[in-house]
Amino acid sequence: MASRAQKTSAAVKPKGHASCNGATKASRPASAGSASAGGPALSTDQLLELYRAMLRVRILDDRMITLQRQGRIGFYGACTGQEAATLGSAYALEPTDWIFPALREASAMLLRGFPLVPYLAQVFGNSADVTKGRQMPSHQAARAVNQVSWSSCIGTQLPQAVGAAMAARLKRDRTVFMAYMGDGATSASDFHVALNFAGVFKAPVVFVCQNNHWSISMRTDQQTASESIAIKAKAYGFPGVKVDGNDVEAVYAAAKTAVDRARRGEGPTLIEAETYRMGAHSTSDDPTRYRDPKEVELWKTRDPLDRLQARLLKLKVWDARRDEALRTELLGEINAAIKEAESYGPPADETMFEDLYAEVPWNILEQREEYLEYLRRAGPAARGDHA
Amino acid sequence: MPTLNLVQAVNDALRVEMRRNPDVVVMGEDVGKFGGVFRATAGLYEEFGPERVIDTPLAESGIIGTAIGMAMYGLRPVPEIQFSDFIFPAFDQIVNELAKLRYRSGGQYAAPVVIRTPYGGGIKGGHYHSQSPEALFIHTAGLKVVSPSNPYDAKGLLLAAMRQDDPVLFFEPKRIYRAARGEVPEGDYTVELGRAKVVREGDDVTVIAWGAMLHEAERAVEQAAEKGISCELIDLRTLWPLDIDCITESARKTGRVVVVHEAARTCGLGAEICALIQERCFVHLEAPIKRVTGWDTPFPYTLENEYLPRAPRILMGIDEVAAFEA
Ligand SMILES: Cc1ncc(C[n+]2csc(CCOP(=O)(O)OP(=O)(O)O)c2C)c(N)n1
Ligand SMILES: [Mg+2]
Repeated sequence: MASRAQKTSAAVKPKGHASCNGATKASRPASAGSASAGGPALSTDQLLELYRAMLRVRILDDRMITLQRQGRIGFYGACTGQEAATLGSAYALEPTDWIFPALREASAMLLRGFPLVPYLAQVFGNSADVTKGRQMPSHQAARAVNQVSWSSCIGTQLPQAVGAAMAARLKRDRTVFMAYMGDGATSASDFHVALNFAGVFKAPVVFVCQNNHWSISMRTDQQTASESIAIKAKAYGFPGVKVDGNDVEAVYAAAKTAVDRARRGEGPTLIEAETYRMGAHSTSDDPTRYRDPKEVELWKTRDPLDRLQARLLKLKVWDARRDEALRTELLGEINAAIKEAESYGPPADETMFEDLYAEVPWNILEQREEYLEYLRRAGPAARGDHA
Repeated sequence: MPTLNLVQAVNDALRVEMRRNPDVVVMGEDVGKFGGVFRATAGLYEEFGPERVIDTPLAESGIIGTAIGMAMYGLRPVPEIQFSDFIFPAFDQIVNELAKLRYRSGGQYAAPVVIRTPYGGGIKGGHYHSQSPEALFIHTAGLKVVSPSNPYDAKGLLLAAMRQDDPVLFFEPKRIYRAARGEVPEGDYTVELGRAKVVREGDDVTVIAWGAMLHEAERAVEQAAEKGISCELIDLRTLWPLDIDCITESARKTGRVVVVHEAARTCGLGAEICALIQERCFVHLEAPIKRVTGWDTPFPYTLENEYLPRAPRILMGIDEVAAFEA
């Protein structure tokens, strides 16, 4: 326990949101052969920015899976294959807008300026984690970038997003709320509740369903007999759109349209982004038990990063040399951040009893004392595995 | 006799009963083709087909609600809730419907549903893959609650649960799904619900535990023995209805009791056990009853070993109770 809490938390202030929406440089529209026919378009600078962000997440996820195999982290849930759906949609938000994430949207925080080291500290669950090592890895959240805390419980965030959106309306704020879910989550009761409330109250919320074809071992056609997820919005009285979730421009166009609509007070939208979970459900899962590797191979040909790269090459704003340099740069940045994040000790013992109530009741005070006394008397034996 | 681990024993019980009784159906998320995220239903889909091994959409209220309807119509559903942490979307169906169905219909309808669910911490699962919510269901009149600590009991208790007519919450200690191994008879046998087991006899202190904590308690009891404290260790096995005779008999003998559970202390089953013992054994008690439990906080990720009432903490509880003088 020598290294315990020797360092204090790394800075967690986002480095400014300029990177989030609307590149600072003047934007040329990336027209030639745009994948998104009509609707809001992205400039080449924005496409380049998104390519960098998507590649960063891809490399990061790969590295974390390796770390998990090496036993350096306990668990990891990657968004590999879903970078366009995740980041393309979040890119349509203003920094003041809120994200209610599901399983695979943590990296939207990075896009919105959250620093890498505390982001990774959450995965290590250590003292540099702003959420104090309380949740499993891949459950990042930070008020600094308006990404709310989420639980592992599927679907629960959806009505909460609607409520926050109702609150913003009541306060005459122009904040928009993006609520994510997987295809599996559309089976949960809270999906119905959320969409129904959102329709009734015309809440400024954008639902983004990442239809990645799987809910652990179950195919989407085992979740719903509906011809699509998007069409479900019709029954709730607002638009539903299905987009190619591996086409970042199409995702962005749909998201931006929906965000603008919500901001104008015209109510919610449901976006179904069709994509694919390229990896395992999580590091605890072995997908070879239930899905055909041929399907994975097929979707490899539709990889959102490859597609964006091809588009950038076609636009002649990118080349192999720059690509190689970017990969090297990002890998270096990520490895350095991992090194730093890993160097922090576990959260201080007392943190177990913090943040439970605004005013600490007697049982918590007593148990905290009992606990600290136990740690003193039991010594390393109290630590179990990480003694 | 084959040696099985706990999850294999569960699987075996399901297979035995499905072969015996065509009304038994298994249902839940990922339980079919995949065989469950913990493999508890592995091979059942292949043997019994999709009609009796049902992959359901991701909705616990749907799983339990439809299980209740199936049971009312005469089936014997054994739904799996993937982690007990995710049982709460079905809480309404369990607490307001399942538990009260027989009572509210004046005994006309019943729903013998056996809900299997992995529970407990120590697998690096954080808040939502670690909780021990048994007390919430014990507090709900109309439900039986079971938690085995070893493969033999797991199979025998599950078979017994599937053959009686009340709803059962069957909490499986997932931390020891694979670590708990033991000889399990092939084919059919049952372990009666409502009966605790004295795992080890002793005279000085009674230690009561269940599930994964039974093994922590066992370690503590062995260490106590080395110091000359003789503990009687009771594995509750059925958490409700409790084996009150076994508990009171032991409490009268030792006069000193430690109750161990992973769940938070406040309003945990330990609180009820303390109340029952003091109501029935007051004059025999030599020391206040000690609860060694999870803390009254959510289950943490990084500090999970510190949260759990592991052997060193149980031993301290035993020492304290053994040393108490009025
Ligand atoms: C209420 C609830 N039930 C079950 C689970 C276990 N579980 C975790 S993820 C998952 C599948 C989720 O599928 P989907 O919503 O499509 O998200 P994806 O993993 O594909 O991103 C399940 C069943 C859970 N976390 N919460
Ligand atoms: Mg999915």
